[in-house]
Amino acid sequence: MKAAPFTYHRPGKLEEALDILSRVAGQDGRIIAGGQSLVPMMALRLAQPAHLVDINEIASLRGTGVERQTLVIRALARHADFHQPALTGPLGPLLATVAQNIAHYPIRQRGTFCGSLAHADPASEWCLAAVTLGGTVIARRRGGAREIPAGEFIQGPLTTTLEPDEMISAVHLPVPDQTGRFGFYEFNRRAGDFAPAMSLVTFTVQDETVTQVRLGVGGAEETPRRLSQVEEALNNKPLTDAQIRMASELAASLITPLEDALIPQDYRRQIVKTAVRRALEAAQGSRHGQ
Amino acid sequence: MTPNNSVLGASVSRLEDHGLLTGQSRFIDDLQLPGTLSAAFVRSPYGHALINGVNTEAACQVPGVVAVYTLTDLQPWLTDTRMATGLPSNSFRLDVNPRVLAADEVVYVGEPIAVVIAASRYAAEDAADLVEVDCEPLEVVADCRAALLADSPGAHRKLSHNLVAAFDFDYGHVEDAFRQADVIINESFRLHRGGAHSIEGRGAVASHDPVTGKLTLWTSTQRPHGVKRVICDLLGCNDDSVRVVAPQIGGGFGPKLVCYPEEVVVAVCGKLLQQPVKWTQDRYEYFLSTTQERDQYWDVEIAVDNDAMIKGVRGALLHDHGAYTARGLNVPYASGVALPLAYNIPAYHLDVYAVLTNKVPVTPVRGAGQPQGVFVMERLLDRVAAGLSLDRAEVRRRNLVRKEQMPCRKSLKLRGGTEVILDSGDYPATQELALEHAGWAAFGERQQAALEQGRHIGIGLANFVEGTGRGPYETVTVRINPSGNILVATGATAMGQSTQTMLAQIVAGQLGGDLSLVSVNCGDTDATPLGFGGFNSRQTVVAGASAHAAARAVRDKVFRLASRRLEAAERDLEINGHNVFVKDMPDRKLTFAQLARAASGLPGFKLPVAESGPGLEATESVVIDDMVYSNGSAVAEVEVDIDTGQVDIHRFLIVHDCGRMINPALVEGQVAGGIAHGIGNALFEWMGFDDNAQPVTTTFADYLLVSADKMPALELFHRESASPFNELGVKGVGESGCLPTPAAIVAAIEDALKPFDVKLNQAPLTPAVLWGLIRPAPGISAPEHWRSPGIDTAAYRKGVLL
Repeated sequence: MKAAPFTYHRPGKLEEALDILSRVAGQDGRIIAGGQSLVPMMALRLAQPAHLVDINEIASLRGTGVERQTLVIRALARHADFHQPALTGPLGPLLATVAQNIAHYPIRQRGTFCGSLAHADPASEWCLAAVTLGGTVIARRRGGAREIPAGEFIQGPLTTTLEPDEMISAVHLPVPDQTGRFGFYEFNRRAGDFAPAMSLVTFTVQDETVTQVRLGVGGAEETPRRLSQVEEALNNKPLTDAQIRMASELAASLITPLEDALIPQDYRRQIVKTAVRRALEAAQGSRHGQ
Repeated sequence: MTPNNSVLGASVSRLEDHGLLTGQSRFIDDLQLPGTLSAAFVRSPYGHALINGVNTEAACQVPGVVAVYTLTDLQPWLTDTRMATGLPSNSFRLDVNPRVLAADEVVYVGEPIAVVIAASRYAAEDAADLVEVDCEPLEVVADCRAALLADSPGAHRKLSHNLVAAFDFDYGHVEDAFRQADVIINESFRLHRGGAHSIEGRGAVASHDPVTGKLTLWTSTQRPHGVKRVICDLLGCNDDSVRVVAPQIGGGFGPKLVCYPEEVVVAVCGKLLQQPVKWTQDRYEYFLSTTQERDQYWDVEIAVDNDAMIKGVRGALLHDHGAYTARGLNVPYASGVALPLAYNIPAYHLDVYAVLTNKVPVTPVRGAGQPQGVFVMERLLDRVAAGLSLDRAEVRRRNLVRKEQMPCRKSLKLRGGTEVILDSGDYPATQELALEHAGWAAFGERQQAALEQGRHIGIGLANFVEGTGRGPYETVTVRINPSGNILVATGATAMGQSTQTMLAQIVAGQLGGDLSLVSVNCGDTDATPLGFGGFNSRQTVVAGASAHAAARAVRDKVFRLASRRLEAAERDLEINGHNVFVKDMPDRKLTFAQLARAASGLPGFKLPVAESGPGLEATESVVIDDMVYSNGSAVAEVEVDIDTGQVDIHRFLIVHDCGRMINPALVEGQVAGGIAHGIGNALFEWMGFDDNAQPVTTTFADYLLVSADKMPALELFHRESASPFNELGVKGVGESGCLPTPAAIVAAIEDALKPFDVKLNQAPLTPAVLWGLIRPAPGISAPEHWRSPGIDTAAYRKGVLL
């Protein structure tokens, strides 16, 4: 479990990093930020990049900020940066709740939000959050940048639309309505494991009915996604227990569950049902609230 | 200074702690001799394949590579290409000793084929990737049940069948018992255990001294003397030219008790290259190449009368042996012995079939087959209780071996032919105490109340008796040095279980009670030429007995000498710390240093005490043939989330009796560790293989150990029934925690799921399995390994090559 040989670069400026990346992109050059997924894969020699471009010295990529109703999550923002609410309003506690479910404490000190998106593991909490909340990925290459909606960015398990000479410099999340509510639930056999299913839901309550429902499911399929049929079925109605039950059953029926040696499809479907129900209950402020 | 009378039986802090807490302890990977080279192994990617050729050319070109060896290269230095590491048994039908390196056939994924020696492990792995092995895949034996059918391929190409051994347990009138029974209950069980997963994997450093010609092998082993025997025999060396040392060991838990191919290869390479060679196993290699315990399939029935009194138990056990015989038949043997130990069972018959598969060999993992035997017995008793509408505890109460039966001769023999005699303990009282602490009688009401809130809680009980203290002996030398310190040297081997502290407490108990004077040298074949090492919860019993005897012999010498020097009767002398003094006259004293110097003698002068011989030293090897039996009762309380199948353990308590305790804190540590392992076996640990015997769980992301958030706060209670079979009254404790744990937890889950009428006959139980059992969805079938077992022994008997 020793990595194959690679050349290590540690630029101090973003431009420099992009410059190096443009040169090494053809030799499986990779950006490394937290390295919490990449390094184990290198140790197992499942990944053998010839070049690693370490961006940890680049001060302009650190942390988060709010710019014009948008939360800017820069490339070096660690999972642990969300332990305390990163901003006022519901988004801060939402991201704090999600962050607590990511792996373990030491991993959260190193791993990054943007790195999770670039890695695009189906069980990534941040991928689900970015897709559900309508996030935008800022992909930068030497001399240019493009904006990609998170839902389009993630193509499949460990597959994104990022080009080899591009890096994620930031992810933008729209700051929701201050009265918004949210619920998140993921099922794990042990704290910190890859979750077989998770669900994130946000909505606004007006006159006892819920509106602007966003409901995403992660971990269960090849990519996280919003379930628009479920959202429509919930929108503009009171969130009753019957509605919650209906929504969770509908969600379970809509997904195409992943299958592996440990988790049969029908079981994963059941976990989706439970996760959606408990996320909605959490949002409703009922007993499974987190 | 600790007074004499309190050091034995006290929870003193450990001798080992200082080195561990200050980072001074040296594990294998910390040993860095000048010029050390690194080894990496090329391993089989197939469960079963022919090797048509190995091309090492490209690997040899990698910068930093010193050598790449296959068996052909090493063979001239070896007396044999196979390793005889197993215990003998008349039950073997096939001779399948492991190979030093595979040359023409590989029989499990991970079997070593070649070794690369390089300046660094990085370079060695780079080169290992470039070794080309021309393999031709053969039919694979992936399931020990299918392996016994007449049309099964052989796990080894030249074998016509896979029944590596068959034997039985048989006593009493089994046929009569079943004929006369009021109730017969028949069940099948599928029990799986994974690996041991010590935090430190295996590893070895070999260094050959060209001046003395001596080869030293430091290796992460539970049995340095066993490794030395294999190395001497295979390298054709005499015993004086090989030294094997187990340095600080980061856990053993069973698999480190056999000598492995890598240890032999590293030793040969060290000698061949005349440079130190180090191999440190990584976790991936651990999953592939370190022995495991894996699968057992039981098909058993129990006969009882209408009062739930057991008349007999009979059945069959299929045991996955793996691809080679690495240790012998001790795991299925221990399973068969463990089943009837705690209860009065007048008749017992168990047919045991050990079956070859194309998987890494099976050897003991903490518990060594006993948890499976306990599981089967305890589940059968729960079925009897259900069948007769009796309380589960009551059924056990009626059948447990009683105090007045002790010592209780069971109609069973140990693998070496000695009889099984339960030495001491009050099993019913142990159970009663557990029930009382658990609030067993009142649980039904709590369960009902929870159910009314939609919560499913349950409680389970399991009793166990564990055979400990495997003989025949362990040598211990105790010496008071002229500098005044006390050295203890022993063949016992420490792998994290505080063996040094345990022995130091026993020795200090005789010699002044100051632990700071005592140092313990474990696991060095030069310090103690004869020895067995650490396994079978044995060292406190056997090494403890020798330490006690040796320390007493030294104490006698101390008193004899001091009595003359202080002009006082021996009976008037006392030892406190390093001072030997006349009772009530602390100024009339001599120190250990003064006495040891005097006892060493002076040139031309007579020894001060001729009959004591020179020095203050004694070596004892107390021979103990009979094992001693620890016992206990565990109660688990769980809640099952019926929407996910997730199990939360709310309470876990155990009442435990390992005789007299040398150090209660260490006992608790051992019991707690065993329970953690048992929880893993009940709920998490699954070593998965696919149909080609490819391991599918080779990282800790796939192979789940119990984690901190899944460990309940443990409630540990002790009883101390001194063993009459050794002078200290002690019994072993290293494995006992994992014996009742899966049985108690699974019983509790079954109890929680009473409304669903679920029968749980397997472990581990994952949430997916449980949910599948609670809610069998029409038209959707779970994969085979999720289903409740239902093996048909009769079918096997027909197809079996018996």
